[in-house]
Amino acid sequence: MNAKLSTLWQSLFGNSVRAFGVVSVVFLCSLAIAPAKNHFSEWRHYQHGYLKMIRNRSEANTLQRHFQGGIQQIWLPDLGVVDRCTSCHVGLNEASLTDVATQPFRKHPVIPHKLDEFGCVICHRGQGAATTVAEAHNSTLAWEQPILPARYIESSCGECHRGALPGTPVLNEGRRLLARYGCVNCHTVKLADGTTMKATDDPPSLSHIADKTTREWIYAWLKDPQAYAATATMPNFKLSDDDARDMSAFLIANSTPVAGDSIALPAKPSSDPAAGTSLYGESFCASCHAVQNAAGNLVGGNVGPELTRVGNKVKPEWLSAWLRNPRTYDPGTAMPHYRFNDAQVATLSAFLQAKTDSDLLANVHLEAATPEQIAHGKRLVSDYGCASCHEIAGIKKPENFAPELSRIGSKPITQLLFLPGMPHTLPDYISGKIKQPRAFSPGLKMPQYTFTPGQVDALTTALLSLNDRSTTLPPSLTVPAVPESNYQPAGKAGKLMSDLACFSCHRINGHGGDMAPDLTWEGSSVQRAWLVSFLKNPGTLRPALIRRMPRFNLTDEETSELTDYMITVYQNPVIDRDSIPLSGYSAGEIELGRQLFYGKYSCQGCHILDSKNDKGYVGPTLTQVGSRLTAAWMYQWLKNPQSLRPGTIEPNRAMSDEDAQAITAFLMSQKGSTKKEVAKK
Amino acid sequence: MTRSLFIFFTVFTASLCTSCSHKRDSALLPKPTALGAAIVESSGGKQTAQAGTLLPQPLVVQVNDEQGNGVSGALVQFAGAAGVTFDPPNGLSDSSGQVTTNVSVGGEAGRYQIVATTFDKSHKKIELKVEEIALGYQQTLGRTLADQYCQRCHNPESTAERVSNYDNLEIKPHAFTEGDTYNKISDTDLAAVISHGGPALNKSALMPAWGNTISKSDIQALISYIRSVSDPPSRDAGPLFAKN
Ligand code: HEC
Repeated sequence: MNAKLSTLWQSLFGNSVRAFGVVSVVFLCSLAIAPAKNHFSEWRHYQHGYLKMIRNRSEANTLQRHFQGGIQQIWLPDLGVVDRCTSCHVGLNEASLTDVATQPFRKHPVIPHKLDEFGCVICHRGQGAATTVAEAHNSTLAWEQPILPARYIESSCGECHRGALPGTPVLNEGRRLLARYGCVNCHTVKLADGTTMKATDDPPSLSHIADKTTREWIYAWLKDPQAYAATATMPNFKLSDDDARDMSAFLIANSTPVAGDSIALPAKPSSDPAAGTSLYGESFCASCHAVQNAAGNLVGGNVGPELTRVGNKVKPEWLSAWLRNPRTYDPGTAMPHYRFNDAQVATLSAFLQAKTDSDLLANVHLEAATPEQIAHGKRLVSDYGCASCHEIAGIKKPENFAPELSRIGSKPITQLLFLPGMPHTLPDYISGKIKQPRAFSPGLKMPQYTFTPGQVDALTTALLSLNDRSTTLPPSLTVPAVPESNYQPAGKAGKLMSDLACFSCHRINGHGGDMAPDLTWEGSSVQRAWLVSFLKNPGTLRPALIRRMPRFNLTDEETSELTDYMITVYQNPVIDRDSIPLSGYSAGEIELGRQLFYGKYSCQGCHILDSKNDKGYVGPTLTQVGSRLTAAWMYQWLKNPQSLRPGTIEPNRAMSDEDAQAITAFLMSQKGSTKKEVAKK
Repeated sequence: MTRSLFIFFTVFTASLCTSCSHKRDSALLPKPTALGAAIVESSGGKQTAQAGTLLPQPLVVQVNDEQGNGVSGALVQFAGAAGVTFDPPNGLSDSSGQVTTNVSVGGEAGRYQIVATTFDKSHKKIELKVEEIALGYQQTLGRTLADQYCQRCHNPESTAERVSNYDNLEIKPHAFTEGDTYNKISDTDLAAVISHGGPALNKSALMPAWGNTISKSDIQALISYIRSVSDPPSRDAGPLFAKN
């Protein structure tokens, strides 16, 4: 054996010439490794494939001319992008390659950005500098960011675009859910602009809860909020019977009364059994509150809580006081102060109390609480972080109760613990945490939500957009969200508007809801007399709407206070209310306007002007628009509706001055017949 | 070095695991207790969703016997082109003969063919094919714009949030899915009628002009959306992703 080896040695390196020859051959071979690797590289293989594919196409010449061999790179130092993806994805910019079935050759779908200006990994993640499929797409040592599944792709839009975009419904929904379900009450989310994400769920204070409801209801609610209301945003904490017993005991014992939030009504409910239903309907409670109908469908809005089983929850005396004036119990509530008279309160209260589910509390039997139970309940209430969302007397809102999520979208996989069987990717981890938070470890406090799979995807998308890049991007490269203003009207009228909760539905100067029209320029747009009569007895201008302006039973003094304020303060600077007369147009001009209205512009497609013949349902009814709007507003609106209300769907028809004048004349002649019709509409 | 070994090892075991789990999947198919004669769609075909995302409604198929009554206990398996996922990927039909699955379309825009299979009494495969539509970015934008500006008139169906205006129009527009109409209109003509209104194509002025309200690129997005949902499919509807 040894002898054999030594002869081999002899024959290879026996003399210096031989040795030199052998070493040279070895050296040459090793030199050839690199070019060979290059020759057999994947990108070369794909480029060959591409050239073969385009050969059979009619536009082969153009494609051939555009083709550049070798490794391609998009280099954007500002963004830290070094992307070589186009070495294999050769046809990304070729307009004609939309129909190619084999990847990686198809043209990139249309997006608002140029590939050469943004590269690939900014949106798709992955390792841009890599030149093999596996390294570019999959997680490797150097790179914690594998390609992002298409399901979550909108998260990348959210890194720079801080506000809602029309093309990213999933991201928008995810962000809405983060706020709406109070995720950000426990998890801090600091945004790059220095602000913190705010919740929109408005959970009630629990400091006076014993006035409102019973311990039994609290117990049942704590055990399963969705059993009371399917739409409840409160999650399920999976409490044991004993824990729910003790927490309910503490909340009742901790509650202090509020003067005037419970009353024994002097009046009796109406004897007419239908009176409650009709008062509920007339007051348009359903604009904000939903109730499950017999078929199990929810009917109504989601500004206020669902009322399907409200009779199980509220104490009658509290409900009466609440309906009389909700601000006594909760000064900041989104619910308007309706100014019902006692008989109306009694009727509505009886109607709501009848909304019960006999099963809900049937099995809840609680003994009187012991001091130990109450003390234990208090501990649980602070342990579970209830005060992160709810105000609770004697318990401070915990800071940083749950992990901060400001950069969750860049969390390294090595720092994550996965459930058995779960794919080891960040999106899978995040969605797994949302789906079954307690599965990750028995001691975790994060509660169980009842999200649909689509909602989980949306939330995951929104969370993935909170990452290193989104936090560190220079402000010049971001597109900020339009911030919600904190506009508050002043004086007596301002007080009245808070009392009526106008901002729960209407937006003014960038503050408020979007259920009802923006009132920022209301003073320029409507006639005073119309506004007075509308506030007294609102009808709807849009026959197809389910949500409507309720009647608040205002006094004459309140009505004129509000009207004066709106007419004087909510003025658009471009419009001079009195610059165009309200009446006195010639018959010829009116007739011309009529022809334009029904002919060239065919406004009747969306608006009802002659209630016998027109049927359009999209825009407001115009039957008596001449008594409602100012001519100056109408003219400017016809010329350019978006200049007055950005985003309105009324199309800008680029009307000539003459056409706009004639249609204004025609519309101003539509005064409506009687006052009564104004009210009914 | 140890780290790279570790990573390699995890990737390796992970890939092993996934390949195993594929095998396990087929090994763990539920045992059918009945066989059907036909498989039909109950609901959930022809939906649209953004590429890579869940369809809004689940896909429900029904296994029937010779008389057209639902068969319970029949095994149905779902399959689609690469990227399409099913939750669950298979199941036994319930008491009314139905199997329900949540479908996510693939990550690229286009139409996806989904195949639901079951076996008949002679153990022959019977298949049901349904098509679902995946929208790319531009089409998604178009969908948002269409919902905002157009569907009230163009879609005869009302929802809780949007009462249709279709019935109120003297001259009826076409639903954007009506390929027989839209496939005959060129991109240029579509852009013209949207920008300048019905009269641009000798149609009714009840179709308003949107050219001063909706930007050119947004009008392109609307057209792209209309093309992607038309039925029969337009030539620009995007690739059809079928299994194999
Ligand atoms: C006020 C109702 C209304 C609105 C809103 C509306 N359309 Fe139309 N549209 C019509 C009517 C009516 C026609 C049919 C005209 C005819 O056939 O003479 C039509 C026709 C069309 C046509 C020609 C094909 C067909 O269906 O006959 C296209 C394309 C079209 N509309 C696109 C749009 C787009 C895109 C939008 C949104 C930006 C839109 N429309 C909004 C009423 C409307």
